[in-house]
Amino acid sequence: MIPASFEYFAPRSLEEALQLLAHHGTEAKLLAGGHSLLPMMKLRLATPRTLIDLGRIRGLSYIREDGGRISIGAMTTHAEVESSELLRRRAPLLPETAAEIGDVQVRNRGTLGGSLAHADPAADYPAALLALDAECVLTSQKGTRTVVAKDFFVDMLTTALQAGEILTEVRFAADSPRTGSAYRKLHHPASGFAIVGVAARLTLDATGKGSAVSVGITGVAPKPYRATGVERGLLGQTLDAKRIAEASAQATRGVEPLSDLQASARYRAAMAAVFTRRALAAALGRAQKQG
Amino acid sequence: MGVRISVKVNERSHTAEVEPRLLLVHYLRDVLGLTGTHIGCETSLCGACTVLLDGKAVKSCTVLAVQADGADITTIEGLARDGKLHPVQEGFWEEHGLQCGYCTPGMILAGAALLAENPGPSETEIRRAIAGNLCRCTGYQHIVNAIQSAARKLKKSGGRKV
Amino acid sequence: MKRKEDPRLIQGLGHYVDDLSLPGQLYAAILRSPHAHARLRKIDRSAAERAAGVVAVITGEDIRGVLGTIPVAAALPELKVPPHYPLAIDNICYVGEPVAVVVADDRYRARDAVDLIEVDYEPLPAVTDPEKALEKSSPRVHEQFKDNQACLWKIEAGFPDRAFKKADRIVRQRFLNQRLIPVAMEPRGVLASYDPGPELLTVWSSTQIPHLLRTQIAAMLNVPEMRVRVIAPEVGGGFGSKLNVYGEEALVAHLAMKLGRPVKWMETRRENFLATIHGRDQIDDVEVAVKQDGRILALKCRLTADLGAYHQLLTPAIPTLTGLLMLGCYKIPAVKIEYVGVFTNKMATDAYRGAGRPEATYLIERMVDLVALELGKDPAEIRRQNFPKPKDFPYSTPTGVIYDSGNYEATLKKALELAGYKKLREEQKKLWKQGRYLGIGLSTYVEICAMGPSSAMPAGGWESGTVRIEPTGKVTVLTGASPHGQGQETSFAQVVADELGISPDSVIVIHGDTQAVPYGIGTFGSRATAVGGTAMFLAVQKLKDKLKRLAGHLLGVDPKRIEMGEGKLVVKGKPKKSKSFLEVVQAAYVAKTLPPNFEPGLEATTFFEPSNFTFPFGAHVCVVEVDAETGDVHILRYVAVDDCGNVINPLLVDGQVHGGIVQALGQALFEEAVYDENGQLLTGELMDYAIPRAWDVPRIETARTVTPSPVNPMGVKGVGEAGTIAATPAIVNAVVDALRPLGVRDIQMPLKRERLWALLEARGS
Ligand SMILES: Cc1cc2nc3c(=O)[nH]c(=O)nc-3n(C[C@H](O)[C@H](O)[C@H](O)COP(=O)(O)OP(=O)(O)OC[C@H]3O[C@@H](n4cnc5c(N)ncnc54)[C@H](O)[C@@H]3O)c2cc1C
Ligand code: FES
Ligand code: FES
Repeated sequence: MIPASFEYFAPRSLEEALQLLAHHGTEAKLLAGGHSLLPMMKLRLATPRTLIDLGRIRGLSYIREDGGRISIGAMTTHAEVESSELLRRRAPLLPETAAEIGDVQVRNRGTLGGSLAHADPAADYPAALLALDAECVLTSQKGTRTVVAKDFFVDMLTTALQAGEILTEVRFAADSPRTGSAYRKLHHPASGFAIVGVAARLTLDATGKGSAVSVGITGVAPKPYRATGVERGLLGQTLDAKRIAEASAQATRGVEPLSDLQASARYRAAMAAVFTRRALAAALGRAQKQG
Repeated sequence: MGVRISVKVNERSHTAEVEPRLLLVHYLRDVLGLTGTHIGCETSLCGACTVLLDGKAVKSCTVLAVQADGADITTIEGLARDGKLHPVQEGFWEEHGLQCGYCTPGMILAGAALLAENPGPSETEIRRAIAGNLCRCTGYQHIVNAIQSAARKLKKSGGRKV
Repeated sequence: MKRKEDPRLIQGLGHYVDDLSLPGQLYAAILRSPHAHARLRKIDRSAAERAAGVVAVITGEDIRGVLGTIPVAAALPELKVPPHYPLAIDNICYVGEPVAVVVADDRYRARDAVDLIEVDYEPLPAVTDPEKALEKSSPRVHEQFKDNQACLWKIEAGFPDRAFKKADRIVRQRFLNQRLIPVAMEPRGVLASYDPGPELLTVWSSTQIPHLLRTQIAAMLNVPEMRVRVIAPEVGGGFGSKLNVYGEEALVAHLAMKLGRPVKWMETRRENFLATIHGRDQIDDVEVAVKQDGRILALKCRLTADLGAYHQLLTPAIPTLTGLLMLGCYKIPAVKIEYVGVFTNKMATDAYRGAGRPEATYLIERMVDLVALELGKDPAEIRRQNFPKPKDFPYSTPTGVIYDSGNYEATLKKALELAGYKKLREEQKKLWKQGRYLGIGLSTYVEICAMGPSSAMPAGGWESGTVRIEPTGKVTVLTGASPHGQGQETSFAQVVADELGISPDSVIVIHGDTQAVPYGIGTFGSRATAVGGTAMFLAVQKLKDKLKRLAGHLLGVDPKRIEMGEGKLVVKGKPKKSKSFLEVVQAAYVAKTLPPNFEPGLEATTFFEPSNFTFPFGAHVCVVEVDAETGDVHILRYVAVDDCGNVINPLLVDGQVHGGIVQALGQALFEEAVYDENGQLLTGELMDYAIPRAWDVPRIETARTVTPSPVNPMGVKGVGEAGTIAATPAIVNAVVDALRPLGVRDIQMPLKRERLWALLEARGS
């Protein structure tokens, strides 16, 4: 229940934070919403020497659209994403995903950046970010670089973030016309995390064929992934329930599903297919509604 | 090595020098003596420690006191106004929304936060809104009834801010 | 009536243990073993002792010969009782066993210092499977015993072997009633303080049994009992997990005396999972002999109970309750039960909500469904056929208990009507054809409540009640029962107020403080109302007699002609001739005009010894649909018709029923304490061990029938465990019923999604 002692800094600017980060090196941890880090510290599974609190930095929490590109500040909370009118209109996949994270209290504190940086294999956002082809903006004293979501998630609890870098923003294209999306999740009965979480986004051309299809899957493997086998089965095809069901069977092609007390690898694989189908079917329905 | 913080709790301002690792829940309970906020776990799952931080329900066991610097906090002790219970408190009393009472402060605050945002929630919305608060006694049904009853009252009286 | 306990609780003004603070208070934190089985070689505490704020570090060596062992109150033939100390001495037998305790000036520093203690353990092989533990080759949990069998208990009555020979069919099944973790929302906690002037040790503990705890702490600390005061402040749920005497309670008290300062210890949730008692954990191998027409002739059961490493207060006794109740609400004339208790390297099991009775109900209710399946009959029909009839009550079972009163058919009929059973069965047929899995599960149960006659209880089964009318006409009730959420502050006040013709607002109910309240047994086994309430009810009758005598004297009439009115005592038939309640009360205290041989004052105490348990019963119907793709169980309806005798406060009864059903739902669908073969608890946090959340549970439909109990004058039976006892089999029966088209006949709890999915998949759904 009680974290070990640490030194605490609450920088007021990003520059100051980067400086502190550079100075304290690997002894330091960034603190965002604290909803992954603090529980680990309370169990003493994490005992950082130094905490750099990003919470006092102005200008890291925003959601905006500029020329069809949406950008979201890393410190934007799950609740802000969930309730954003802009996102509900322009990229509803993200608020739908955010609404499935933890519970109200968790969503009021947890942040987009924190969730991505933590890279829990059962976290929800990564599936959506993959499906949205998002890019992550990483900032260090040397400047900024962008990494596409696919390359950002490296392994369980490991990302492309290098020492001295802060994830500052996430960007992606807003939905084009005739696009539908959906997030479907099998909750862990105790923790509420995803045993399987599937984010699907698809765009129909004028003839009802899938002109863009993306499927991001979380919970199943050590890191979230794009179900390319599924996507290939649908691209350029006339989309209907049957096709979707067939393609969804490819949900775990090329990955080795995790196994734990709640779900064996076999069950996870089967559920990945079921939830892929359900997410795609819902996405298709929504795309068709837009006519 | 203390850090100075100023917070407003239940409309009263407090300043203190705290260890950075001090959890908000311990600040409220052990420093301010507001023991109505309870502790039921260390994994941020039970919700017994729920308080309102700038009007939003949060788990005070998963917030450092230093993170709350400058914030406006409402705990269960501050929910009644001018000697009058909050409608959600009344609801819990009238609908038998509690047994042992341990989860109750957190539940009531989660309920109050919900109604502040969504004055006419459906049963499903209520159940979702209190999913971060565990109760081992009531089976939740009377808690749901309590929040529904509070919603009806608030509607009649034209709402009330928390 | 709204609860009297609520205004403080809804405003955060109640005081649970951790809410209390004393000047100069120290905090204790406990180092626990990471090994399931080990020898303690050496403990180096020097670094911890030097750490900032640390006042003391205590290990098993320090309490050797100083603190007594943790008591077990259960008496069973050939029971092996290993010594069980508050801190491990020499050996470790389960993960979480206390090894050392740090006392420091604040909780953060106490916690820090725990990490500085170095322990050299010599790991030993562990055993966690009770059946393996019974094998000759198994490691022994306690070296001093020749094997891991802790006890053996048998019942045989009514010639079961003969019955099995006469049977048309024999139905067999093995049931695993998995290990559960009680998870009261308030973990345990103890605050102790010693005042050397009056030589008084005060212990605040989150307990269901303050008086028993006081007796035991006095014994463990070797302090005269009158110098110990135990207070159960507000208690945040117990469910049996606080019906115990824990090492920490004695340890913290000892530290407060030794250090001369108050000491507080609060359990973390992880400690709560590791080292507060667990529940259930039985393997039941059952067979029943049936006639073709559906009559059940006999039942045999071999019950293997995994008791864990040590006995807590009632550990080995719990499965005997399973034995007593095993024939359920059926007239089964012959029985043979053999119960083997087994030591393993795990936390002790003990009374968890229902304590032995849910296990019995689970196995008999599942068996009855299997019999129906075997004979191709409707499960409701089989039940009806085997119920004792109303005229059979009091009904003596072959297991030796006497069901006080009942009308089992009536509750079943009502439940089936409410659920619309016939229609549901038609609906089910339709959905099955569409490849959907709708299931309807019944559970008709009887349970043993109002524990109980002392002859059947390890530490007394009576209860005390005191009623004192104060000189101002206000009333103080003292009850030895120690409620912690059940609402007796309200229901007892209601009863006393009704009896005296005054307002419940004029009555206060005090409990949980051994210095204020006469000795009592406590709250568990759904006994607070039926036994504690009766004691209080009888005490108030004594006062009524006294008031009437006095009023008669004052009015110059025969006391027999006086009756209680609203706020007054009235002469029968002459409503104008009366004395106000207050006048009579004051006369008793002023004591100037008393009848001859009339004691002044108005206080009465009763120690009520019930002649029998009570036996509430009921019928529950659960309707589920199983998601054919995921194995997810959706509970569509839940109907509960319970009969708990007379009801004092219907809303409180509903609350108990809801809570019980949801705990049962937890067991049926997801709760399971899992240890690996090395004795590590894999479900050691709320992250891994699921208890039901608001969105997991359906709206419950409740109704009642009323069959008063003849055992006590109020005719009440108790309802604290009904839901937990009834609902587990109702839910499992529903799910098994849903999957009937696949040829499924049993599924092991918890009904995890994957388990159901595997069945669906294997049978090619
Ligand atoms: C009870 C509970 C239930 C939960 N359920 C779910 C769930 O169902 N699904 C789900 O997806 N998540 C769930 N979470 C996790 C939650 O979403 C967290 O909020 C999130 O994973 C971390 O975000 P944070 O802002 O709280 O980050 P923090 O905990 O503050 O930080 C997490 C990690 O990321 C690093 N970090 C934070 N921000 C940055 C940054 N901008 N740049 C670089 N590194 C950074 C930190 O140093 C730390 O290592 C749950 C958490 C809890 C407590
Ligand atoms: S104490 Fe359990 S969530 Fe905060
Ligand atoms: S009332 Fe006891 S935990 Fe909710």
